Amino acid sequence: MQLTVWTYEGPPHVGAMRVATAMEGVHYVLHAPQGDTYADLLFTMIERRDRRPPVTYTTFEARDLGKDTAALFQTTLREAYERFRPEAVLVGASCTAELIQDDPAGLAKAAGLPVPVIPLELPSYQRKENWGAAETFYQIVRTLAAGRDAAADGNPSSSEGATRHPPLPAGISPARGEIGGFDAAANPSPQALTQSPRLQGCSLEDGGTAGARSISPLVGEMPGRAEGGDAGIDSSAEPEKTAADVHGEAAHFAPREVRRPTCNILGPTALGFRHRDDLVEIRKLLGAIGIDVAVVAPLGASPADIARLGEADFNVVLYPEIAGVAAKWLKRSFGQEFTTVVPIGFGATQDFVAEVRRLAGLPEADERQGEKGEGASTEAGSNLPWFSRSVDSTYLTGKRVFVFGDATHALAAARVATEEFGFTLCGLGTYAREFARDIRAAAREYGVEPLISDDYLDVEQAIVAAQPELVLGTQMERHVAKRLGIACAVISAPVHVQDYPARHSPQMGFEGANVLWDTWVHPLVMGLEEHLLGMFRDDFEFNDGAKPSHLGAGARVAAEPETSAAPASAAAPFPAAAADGETIALGWLTDAEAELRKIPFFVRGKARRNTEKFALERGLSEITVETLYDAKAHYSR
Amino acid sequence: MTGAAVHPGRAASQAQGRAASPMAGCAERPILRERGQREVFCGLTGIVWLHRKIQDAFFLVVGSRTCAHLMQSAAGVMIFAEPRFATAVMEERDLAGLADANEELDAAVSRLVERRPDIRMLFLVGSCPSEVIKLDLSRAAARLSERYAPDVRILNYSGSGIETTFTQGEDNCLAALVPQLPEAETTSPQLLVVGALADVVEDQFARLFSAMGIETVRFLPPRKARDLPPVGPSTRYLLAQPFLGETARCLEERGAGRIAAPFPLGAEGTTLWLKAAADAFGVDPMRFRSATAAAEARAKRALEPYRAELSGRSVFFFPDSQLEIPLARMLSRELGMALTEVGTPYLHRQHAAEELALLPEDVFLSEGQDVDRQLERARAERPDITVCGLGLANPLEAEGLTTKWSIELLFTPIQGYEQAGDLAGLFARPLDRKTRLKV
Repeated sequence: MQLTVWTYEGPPHVGAMRVATAMEGVHYVLHAPQGDTYADLLFTMIERRDRRPPVTYTTFEARDLGKDTAALFQTTLREAYERFRPEAVLVGASCTAELIQDDPAGLAKAAGLPVPVIPLELPSYQRKENWGAAETFYQIVRTLAAGRDAAADGNPSSSEGATRHPPLPAGISPARGEIGGFDAAANPSPQALTQSPRLQGCSLEDGGTAGARSISPLVGEMPGRAEGGDAGIDSSAEPEKTAADVHGEAAHFAPREVRRPTCNILGPTALGFRHRDDLVEIRKLLGAIGIDVAVVAPLGASPADIARLGEADFNVVLYPEIAGVAAKWLKRSFGQEFTTVVPIGFGATQDFVAEVRRLAGLPEADERQGEKGEGASTEAGSNLPWFSRSVDSTYLTGKRVFVFGDATHALAAARVATEEFGFTLCGLGTYAREFARDIRAAAREYGVEPLISDDYLDVEQAIVAAQPELVLGTQMERHVAKRLGIACAVISAPVHVQDYPARHSPQMGFEGANVLWDTWVHPLVMGLEEHLLGMFRDDFEFNDGAKPSHLGAGARVAAEPETSAAPASAAAPFPAAAADGETIALGWLTDAEAELRKIPFFVRGKARRNTEKFALERGLSEITVETLYDAKAHYSR
Repeated sequence: MTGAAVHPGRAASQAQGRAASPMAGCAERPILRERGQREVFCGLTGIVWLHRKIQDAFFLVVGSRTCAHLMQSAAGVMIFAEPRFATAVMEERDLAGLADANEELDAAVSRLVERRPDIRMLFLVGSCPSEVIKLDLSRAAARLSERYAPDVRILNYSGSGIETTFTQGEDNCLAALVPQLPEAETTSPQLLVVGALADVVEDQFARLFSAMGIETVRFLPPRKARDLPPVGPSTRYLLAQPFLGETARCLEERGAGRIAAPFPLGAEGTTLWLKAAADAFGVDPMRFRSATAAAEARAKRALEPYRAELSGRSVFFFPDSQLEIPLARMLSRELGMALTEVGTPYLHRQHAAEELALLPEDVFLSEGQDVDRQLERARAERPDITVCGLGLANPLEAEGLTTKWSIELLFTPIQGYEQAGDLAGLFARPLDRKTRLKV
């Protein structure tokens, strides 16, 4: 049993709801006890959706347990189908229904509905919300994309796909957490970089079935056909390697297509952190590059849209937590490459553009594209590079930043914070255990301790220890930072009603980089104000306890972290262990203690620790003002 | 799917005053009972106000991630301020028998007790999964009580969705407290007010009872776990909330007698509620008047402007807290609102008898829920204001219906004279807003 008050993620069926609610024409019949309907309010209140989520709950009670809950499920399923007439039905169980083992999948099959029924097995006692969303999306794609292709077209390549990938055991999806998007982003594999557009492979695989494609000049380039067959044969050894790979070289010399390249955008869901706005931004970006968006899924996709996922040239994966597994399956089944760079931040957006161009077979872009004010500024350009270089931003240099969130946003924030703001990363973590490996690898690169935990008290403790000046985290860290008197900006789910602003506020793309700039800089003490604060520390308005003046009058919520009489953690339900024994403070002479207090509160704890360590190492029994400055000089090397 | 679900004759009788419907006497009112999807909270939600009410109590839900997620979603979407509740989330190994769930629970409790030495009472709160796997929390509570006595008293109750709807969680919590109450030592009658009230409301009532000469008044739940009110055959109890059927049963087992009354909502309701107690304690009617007249007049004055705004407006209640019937009575009698459907998750006929007698003849009552059918009835009625839960409110607003979140009626002090105006204000505000907005 895990003792918790606040959770970063809901149960996996809430992830399934996020996918179902994002889609059109889908209905989710959930075997769940009375009370589980609370999840509706996440969508109608937090996200202010104007429709109820497309979910029907059986809401069984104790009296039903004595009778026939299976019959209740069947009735509910039938009535929900009659009422909502969906094009596809998802069925599953919440945590309690999982225990009573009514087998919604079997019951739904027996009901013989005239539409596809997709059973979801989401182990509530092992997995969480994002896993549930990923699994749900994967099952939907696998059922609807493969089913349609095989049935309607009798397409040989997709039936190969089906035989190559027999149904997986319930609840176990392939290679979860091995999406490797982050590894690839940080250090793109040569293969990924040279991979060709799938335009040609596509035409070959589809043979003559698609009229538009049969007129492609590339159809004449036959070598693909043979390779396509090979891919089928040796796929068990290396399923990733499809015809598309083999065409890599050819692509660069191929004449331009008569049609624009197409891609799908995968990942945005309901109740996502800025998914709605990211999507607008990425659509715009792709359009500007000259790529058409075929299907966006799950957000706004119907079952029919899912069925034609395989037609696009490649996939853009915006949120690997949700779409990674499905994208891998699409790659194996249809040879569609997918993007590995998540376009959060200026540099990542440039990398994303480059990656997308490679996947689409377009020529490389101008290096500095995307920045405003340089040469022919693009309409969707970003102010971030210039703002960051402007002298006014010098004060941002080396500010200590603690980053925590889902893996995608945490990794992106770490890169943006260091490369684009000039901050120093003092902590990096995620609550998404599935992506622990990626976070560990990145933390190693940045020289910080990785924090993999879904216990917000661990995170609070790590923040106290790291003594950051800015926390980039979730709503949980916002509360922690508020108590500690540290500036904070929210970068990741779990979401709050405030994370759905009225204005367009993406995290991705060039406009997203602008948003990051504004959101992260705003909570900080501005440059000159910070200097004055340092010079006139005892000024009645400019003191440690006063909030930055642009944030309005008032006292900081908590005193400096090391005054352990009232540490923020004491206010927490389970006080974290006292910061780290700073209270002992033996040997400090009065004037040294007074001098220490002149150091800004956000680095004071570190100064104290360093000084004590310095004194200890030198066997000094008392700490004087001299010791303090000796230590300062020693550690500032 | 069909409009036939609308109660026959409802829509027609709606416009021109209420035609007398062929209904039997008040106690025998017809009621539509529905079984279907229930869009309601489970009893765990009561912890959100109970943990604030009993200031040295801690509520430990023994449940799943869903329970923890519910608590943080229902609790105003992350209040995050020193909550005295937590969830012991069961994991795969607890279910697979790899770990003895009882040992795990003991470990969780010992961590909790160590970290929160200020806690005097700990409630182990059962959930749907803990009940389905038949984790015996009463035995766990007894076992742990032995270990932590006398510092911490450990009790248990069920807040699960399979056993409880929303406010029934409070009922079960208070019922769990009853056997712990000390035996009343006197034979002179004492008044026990039962049901969590805002502290400010409690203080107002205490002053009113004192002014009418009832000196020994106690409240359940108490603000401090150590301050449990005594109970015995000399106890007369007065329910301040309509959802306390199990608590009442337990109190009667201890010999206490119920004072039947409507509930203290609105000026009239509060007077009737206080009067029932006054009569039971033989308070002189003149003294009762002098104790309550000023406050009652003030409440009526406060209601006056709202009556002008709300009179003749129609209201539809989706089931939520069991407060629906007293609220409907108040809105109809004191503010002149027209009742359409009044839905309640559960109707305790005995405790609601005085309320039902005050409702207009033609009100359409429903108990339980089939949410899609009920939504069809609401759409057909197109009431001026719809009282519903958070999951339904925005979708109905988007359809052009004006709504009132029902949860606010539990998180706001609404009982008593001084709050009568506030209560009316909660219903007037959405309509006021609608007239203000030009967007």
